[in-house]
Amino acid sequence: MLADLVDTLLQANFWIAVLRIATPLVLGTLGVLLCERAGVLNLGIEGIMVAGAFVGWFAAYQGAGLWGGVLAAALVGALLGGLHGVLTVVLALSQHVSGLGITLFATSLSYYAYRVGFPKVSTPPTIEPFTAIGAPFDAIPVVGPILAAQTPLALLAFALVPAIGWLLYRTPAGLALRMVGENPAAAESAGIPVAATRIAAIAAGSALMGIAGSFLTLAAFNAFFFNMVNGRGWVCVALVVFASWRPGKALLGALLFAGFDAMQLRLQQGAGSEVPYQLWLMLPYLLSILALVLVARRAAYPQALMKPYRKGER
Amino acid sequence: MRLERRETASRTAMLVAPLVAVAVTLAACALLVAWAGAPVGRTYGLLFDGAFGSRFALTETLTRATPLMLTGLAAAVAFRARFWNIGAEGQLYLGALAAVAVGGLHEGSGFDAPLPLLFAGMVAAGMAAGATLVAGPALLRNRFGVDEVVTTLLMNFVVLLFVSWMLDGPMKDPTAMGWPQSVALDPELEFARLLEKSRVHAGLLWAVGLAVLVWAVQRFTTWGFEWRAVGASPEAARFVGVPVGRVMLRAALLSGALAGLAGVSEVAGRTGYVTLDMSPGYGYAGIVIAMLAALHPLAVVGAAVFVAGMLVGADSMSREVAVPSYIADVIVSVSLLAMLVATMLAQYRIRRR
Amino acid sequence: MTGRPEPVLRLTGITKRFGSLLANDGISLDLARGEVLALLGENGAGKSTLVSILFGHYVADAGTVEAFGAPLPPGDPAAALAAGIGMVHQHFTLADNLTVLDNVLIGVEPWWRPVSRRAAARTKLLGLAARFGLAVDADARVGDLSIGEKQRVEILKALYRDARILILDEPTAVLTPQESERLFETLRAFVEAGLSIVFISHKLGEVLAVSHRVAVLRQGRLEAVLPAAGTDASALARLMVGREVAQPVRAARVRRPDDAAEPPVLSLREVDAVDGARTLLHGVSLELRPGEIVAIAGVAGNGQQPLAELLCGLRAPARGALRVAGAPIAASPAAFIAAGIGRVPEDRHHLGVIAEATVAENAVAEHYRARPYARGGWLVEGSAIRAAAARIVADYDVRCRGLEQPTRQLSGGNMQKLILGRVLSRAPRLIVADQPTWGLDVGAVAWIHSKLLAAADAGAGIVLISEELDEILALADRIAVISHGRLSEARPVADWTTATLGLAMMGADAKEGADAARAA
Repeated sequence: MLADLVDTLLQANFWIAVLRIATPLVLGTLGVLLCERAGVLNLGIEGIMVAGAFVGWFAAYQGAGLWGGVLAAALVGALLGGLHGVLTVVLALSQHVSGLGITLFATSLSYYAYRVGFPKVSTPPTIEPFTAIGAPFDAIPVVGPILAAQTPLALLAFALVPAIGWLLYRTPAGLALRMVGENPAAAESAGIPVAATRIAAIAAGSALMGIAGSFLTLAAFNAFFFNMVNGRGWVCVALVVFASWRPGKALLGALLFAGFDAMQLRLQQGAGSEVPYQLWLMLPYLLSILALVLVARRAAYPQALMKPYRKGER
Repeated sequence: MRLERRETASRTAMLVAPLVAVAVTLAACALLVAWAGAPVGRTYGLLFDGAFGSRFALTETLTRATPLMLTGLAAAVAFRARFWNIGAEGQLYLGALAAVAVGGLHEGSGFDAPLPLLFAGMVAAGMAAGATLVAGPALLRNRFGVDEVVTTLLMNFVVLLFVSWMLDGPMKDPTAMGWPQSVALDPELEFARLLEKSRVHAGLLWAVGLAVLVWAVQRFTTWGFEWRAVGASPEAARFVGVPVGRVMLRAALLSGALAGLAGVSEVAGRTGYVTLDMSPGYGYAGIVIAMLAALHPLAVVGAAVFVAGMLVGADSMSREVAVPSYIADVIVSVSLLAMLVATMLAQYRIRRR
Repeated sequence: MTGRPEPVLRLTGITKRFGSLLANDGISLDLARGEVLALLGENGAGKSTLVSILFGHYVADAGTVEAFGAPLPPGDPAAALAAGIGMVHQHFTLADNLTVLDNVLIGVEPWWRPVSRRAAARTKLLGLAARFGLAVDADARVGDLSIGEKQRVEILKALYRDARILILDEPTAVLTPQESERLFETLRAFVEAGLSIVFISHKLGEVLAVSHRVAVLRQGRLEAVLPAAGTDASALARLMVGREVAQPVRAARVRRPDDAAEPPVLSLREVDAVDGARTLLHGVSLELRPGEIVAIAGVAGNGQQPLAELLCGLRAPARGALRVAGAPIAASPAAFIAAGIGRVPEDRHHLGVIAEATVAENAVAEHYRARPYARGGWLVEGSAIRAAAARIVADYDVRCRGLEQPTRQLSGGNMQKLILGRVLSRAPRLIVADQPTWGLDVGAVAWIHSKLLAAADAGAGIVLISEELDEILALADRIAVISHGRLSEARPVADWTTATLGLAMMGADAKEGADAARAA
């Protein structure tokens, strides 16, 4: 079986699958990262991804084009994020409760809208999804074919990793975002509007979550199915802790998780077929939990995470 | 803008808040009904009729409410101690599996034991399964500070895969044609029907009884004080000598046991065997129910009936009008958010500094 | 009109209410250029509220603020900063996980700028630091700095933004007497550089030493504004309190004859406390006899917290032995409670009481499982709890709207009385009191002191951890000084003077000692 493993790692197909599986995870994790760095837990991600998947696909179906779909998904994500922001930052509701409520709301609303729009379909209507990029990437040695087989959204996702890193560590806006997540009173005293900054961060992060969802309907598949997000949102929440809230490590975590996911598909077919396929499918989730345990002890939490900021409360 | 706590949150405000929330919800969802092109009044009428309007509707609602009461209690018990158990879905399935493992007709015969003992064993196994499943995340939280939201959530997926594995192999029903389903439960062990010609079963009595029991424990025992203290001020609780870790574990285990019992109740009361789709998200719905009930055990019963009514009513309504049954979930989620906002506004004022 | 230049700051008729509490009542005040104005008053007099309004944290209900002749938009820290007002908060507004440079740069650059100009910022910061003698490492993580260094960062934040008016809120609360002297020198340098300073304190001595004028606040009103040169401590004290302040008379306390054969009530021998790799307490030794009050003096941040945690059962010694009445004891709150140790924590809101619980529940909280409050340790006996709570509320003058009131609604003073009642009603043999009178008015302080003295007379041994030298000198039989995690010998109060206490607070650091000797 070890031979199978090494064999798989050397195949380009494997890495193509890894990047494809990782793309929505990278986007989603970056989205959660922005929210949590600003001090707010966003458990609405699962629902926001469903909404992004539906709205993105629907916009493309109605003729807005694929990038129009991506934009629509981002907008819906930002709106839902804004709602979460108002509930948790302005009204100081429990971040867990608000997030879970929004997941249920966004999911049920998306399913409802889909059924209203397409009441009697047995097979979901399809669109033309993003195609592989091809040139000029396929000219690059070694990694060329792997990158060339990806969709533009994947490139967007990977480009966002250093971009968000730059934002957080090299710009005044990023510093303000980090400060409201560490010590909102300090930010207040420096003249930074804490509520507005937090809501903006949540909206931006949720826009990324929406785009992550749209990847599923606009690139990975070409139609909208029920239960298509299937827990990816929750995995992103775990990956952020694993990444210690740093964009670079978020990419690493997403690739690792995607690696295990892609691996178990291949191992199922190969020598691992005596083992029930369900055990292989369990692996990524169990490994996520293990990673969390290993990281938890040294986690450098944003200090104000999950503490509502009530100005002037004595 | 800031929030200022009202000196006294008046009783009337606190009671009116949920009603205002429900009204706002129905108004907002009326827009959705209109968008689907259906007459709003008639749709809502059908919805409520389908939920509570006939003997059949009521019994269906109560049947659907039974597991929701239990998962709602599970969430309420855990959340009060600020242990965020999001894994009730998985705990339910594992409890159902355990019930069938103990009481199922394996290859035609089951365990050889007197019925009352077997029945007690089935119930105990289901509760133990749920409790054991949540113990892992609870201990990880106690020892290593690992956030239980993510661990309990991820375990849901693991458990569902485990159940799928069991249904494909060791616990497969040899007589079922192709559908993955477990061995059937010994019919002698099934919960009794409460009303003839209906699906309401004894699980409802278990659920309501446990709600009262949980309320009594929270109100009249030191355990109740400990859970409240740990949930509200864990450092102060520790300072006065409350064994915080142990108290939280206790809440978690009770929560898992209740969710596991929900699984037992579904198997023994409704289906007779375990399938992969026997729970359309009862575990997650329980969380919403607990929050609607403001974590009060007796209110959980009412909230569960409300949510079940919406689900049952929407199913029936969608057969007559072209409104998708998903409206039920929308109504439930909007009423949750509206309830939270309304109660918050009843307790706090928004001030411009 | 005296032809004096326009004041740099003018407050007119500032009034602020919090619910039923009138925190500021029609206060009008001027600050002249190059002046050091002290705001003096007891805890709760309204000083912090006033400067918070000035800086924009609160909006006044009435009144206006003018800075450099121009009206200041209320409720807007950004506007205050732009007008040249800088504030050094009592509780530092710093993010531990970020660097010094990050903390200084926050809010300085416009948010839309794509690249932060950090190199130039670092140069400017280090230049300011050198000019005023406030050495810092720009890339150090703030969480790793000492309290004194953190205060320097807090000051540099204001200077970096070209503050012309500097507000300092209780800056010496966290400094030793010698460090306070150094701060005052820095303030004089600021004044020479053209800044004007508002300086809040409740310590009469330093106010007289460093300020030009003193504004005295009492119960939200401005009592008087006097030049510092023409007044003295007792006059100021009278204005602060509104009546003659009777210094608590330390009569020779009659203590019951000590039985040498009895083991000490509390004994710490070479105790270390650690936090991972960091050692917080080194070789702490202390012995306490029944009926004795030993005070631990020291400036905040020198190890009081780990010591308090040790004495409350919240932390186990990493090395060494802690014994109560000669017997070892488990490091758990339950064990300490069972051993008859009364604990009054520093943080009464988050540790001393369970905020959401009722007054009755908090009154018996430490024994909630014992008879008669619970039957079989499980069934709650409401009537017994209410009876006990009623007795405590009456005996200890806890003002509340009823036993079922949520404890968070009580004022700080009443909360502390409730905690003391809970502790003293059990006649403990050892009492650990950590900053017991912090933030309370003079009446409550006197009441608590009398109760502690009475408990000691009745035979309880008391460990008093306090940052207020006045309180220590009023109550203690012996004083030990904690500094940098080490505890000095506990010597009788007569063997100490303010100077030796101050030096002991600095610790055994030779260079600091030499500097102090030169400054003294």
